[in-house]
Amino acid sequence: MKKSNFKAWLYLLPAVLFLGFFMVYPLADVLVYSFEEGYNSASQTFMGVGTYNYRYVLHDPYFLQAVKNTFILVIITVPVSTGLALLISLGLNSIKKLKELYQTVYFLPYVTNTLAVGLVFMILFKKTAYTDGMVNLLINLFGGKSVDFIDGPYWAKMFVLCFYTVWVVLPFKILILTSALASVKQDYYNAAKIDGTSKWRMFTRITLPMISPMLFYLIITGFIGAFKAYSDAVALFGTNLNAAKMNTIVGYVYDMLYGDSGGYPSYASAAALILFAIVFTITVVNLMISKKQVHY
Amino acid sequence: MKVILQGLTKKFPSRNKKSKEEVVAVSDFSFEIPDGKLIGLLGPSGCGKSTMLNLICGLEKPTSGRILFGDDDVTDLPPEVRGVGLVFQNYALYPHLTVLQNILFPLQNLKGDKKMTKAEMLEKAEEVAKLVQISELMERKPSEMSGGQQQRVAIARALVKMPKILLLDEPLSNLDARLRLQTREELRRIQRETGITTVFVTHDQEEAMSISDMIVVMKKGVLNQLGKPQEVYDDPVNLFVAKFLGTPPINVFRGEVRGERLFIGGEDVLAVPGVGDRPVYAGIRPEGFILNDNGAFTCRLTAVEVMGRDTSVVSTHPSCEGVNIRSIISAENLVDASKEEVRFDLKPNKVFIFDTDTEERIRFGVNGRMGEDA
Repeated sequence: MKKSNFKAWLYLLPAVLFLGFFMVYPLADVLVYSFEEGYNSASQTFMGVGTYNYRYVLHDPYFLQAVKNTFILVIITVPVSTGLALLISLGLNSIKKLKELYQTVYFLPYVTNTLAVGLVFMILFKKTAYTDGMVNLLINLFGGKSVDFIDGPYWAKMFVLCFYTVWVVLPFKILILTSALASVKQDYYNAAKIDGTSKWRMFTRITLPMISPMLFYLIITGFIGAFKAYSDAVALFGTNLNAAKMNTIVGYVYDMLYGDSGGYPSYASAAALILFAIVFTITVVNLMISKKQVHY
Repeated sequence: MKVILQGLTKKFPSRNKKSKEEVVAVSDFSFEIPDGKLIGLLGPSGCGKSTMLNLICGLEKPTSGRILFGDDDVTDLPPEVRGVGLVFQNYALYPHLTVLQNILFPLQNLKGDKKMTKAEMLEKAEEVAKLVQISELMERKPSEMSGGQQQRVAIARALVKMPKILLLDEPLSNLDARLRLQTREELRRIQRETGITTVFVTHDQEEAMSISDMIVVMKKGVLNQLGKPQEVYDDPVNLFVAKFLGTPPINVFRGEVRGERLFIGGEDVLAVPGVGDRPVYAGIRPEGFILNDNGAFTCRLTAVEVMGRDTSVVSTHPSCEGVNIRSIISAENLVDASKEEVRFDLKPNKVFIFDTDTEERIRFGVNGRMGEDA
């Protein structure tokens, strides 16, 4: 080994050790666990090697429910939150008065304490002995019947979860998109204006391509973030998500490890790897689409 | 199409919120741009040239005054119906579109009876690409081209819808020196071939002088002088115009007129018939010096720069406003660089005198109008 190489490795050592110990080793371990059948964490023994864990997880109704929930969440919240963020950013970008105020208002959720947010959503949606919640009061006002959003029908619960997720991810997306929009040079719009370009065409032919890298970044991270959703569901529906039929894939993994019926690291590992496969596939598809649509 | 500007004024609200004072970018600007000519709008940075261009193309609305294209008053018309093409300083080519798509962009916007079929658009685009000589670059993206090529594409995009007036904002400032020279010839050729009335903005007097049919010298939003480049150079109306035109720049001295003679640093250097006794600024063009060992004007020699065709003599004088005096003399005159002093005679038609307060030109005798060399 050359001396300079040795030095380089020496400098890298802390990071390599740290990452190896806390990232690489556990990742490899997950892979190993997922193929060890009947693994017992107390005795550190297992019966054999095979795909039983995967077969079990894929036939577990709780897991299938979690996959369904996660997919619904992803399919609804990613487009809705990105689209909404784009609309709001366009609005913010075109107003002059009170721009800073609105920017602050829209960014507030990002810095708000999760507990406070949870409380607000309780007031909005939770049925108690005294009130049906703010949203139900509104529904009643227009002559509708109260809906139990927290313990009621599946669609109502899903609605609350999606609503919550969109609301939580919106500020960051708005922040990114407003700065992306602001960085598009006025000259392009002036040039387009002189050529008599319609507002819509300016948006689709100039604005969208110009901010497409940022938009793409938000979509990719949005997908990944939504696939990893867990804490939001817990905040809204409590820890027994399987009973509420509102579990997510990450929630399922957690339950398999530490839940009331937990203690199955093999199943948890298998589920985690299935999630990895899904996210990986979607990201690759995203990247392939982006090659054509994103202009760097 | 001729363009007439009448009393054009543009004020911007002050950035400083405390003072209500407005910033006057263009002030009472009136002149007529003849049909089919190339006009150079010339002035130092921040003098309102770009605002002027924005007013003509309609991106800005004037505070007062009218703009006429031919006989049509376009003052209140939005830019898209004025029929102007604008080339931006940074070209503003859409980076995600190819050259062809960039050139087609304005055509695709056309509506109503002006609407074109795809084939017509392509034909038009190819025609204009040929004119600016970028036919072989049509599939490239702007980032894959040199500055000069991007410049041509920008011109092609502005020309493709056959504007009545072509406006260019500092068209050459983003190019390197050699390319600038080449492109300005090109600009001239394209303008001649299309015959479109063209206004271009520049702070580079050499650029403006070399290709314009007419130049307009602006200072702080006010028109100082307009005319053919050589006329303006030979007959500046004030000290600003005299200083702004010419490389090397004009040499300015503090002087005095006594008994119809110009004195600089106590030396009687030139007859100025018809001028009363007063302190003046004297501007002497670099080519206005004649080397003469018995000359009337004595300067301290600093350096002699031989440039082949001619020789640049650098000297100093206590009354000179600048650091150095630069004079250009024919290379046939050998100057001994070891000498301490150099003496000149002056060509009367290359010497201009100006009022010390108003900096307006004071005319004398032959000078001003193009006289024969003394």
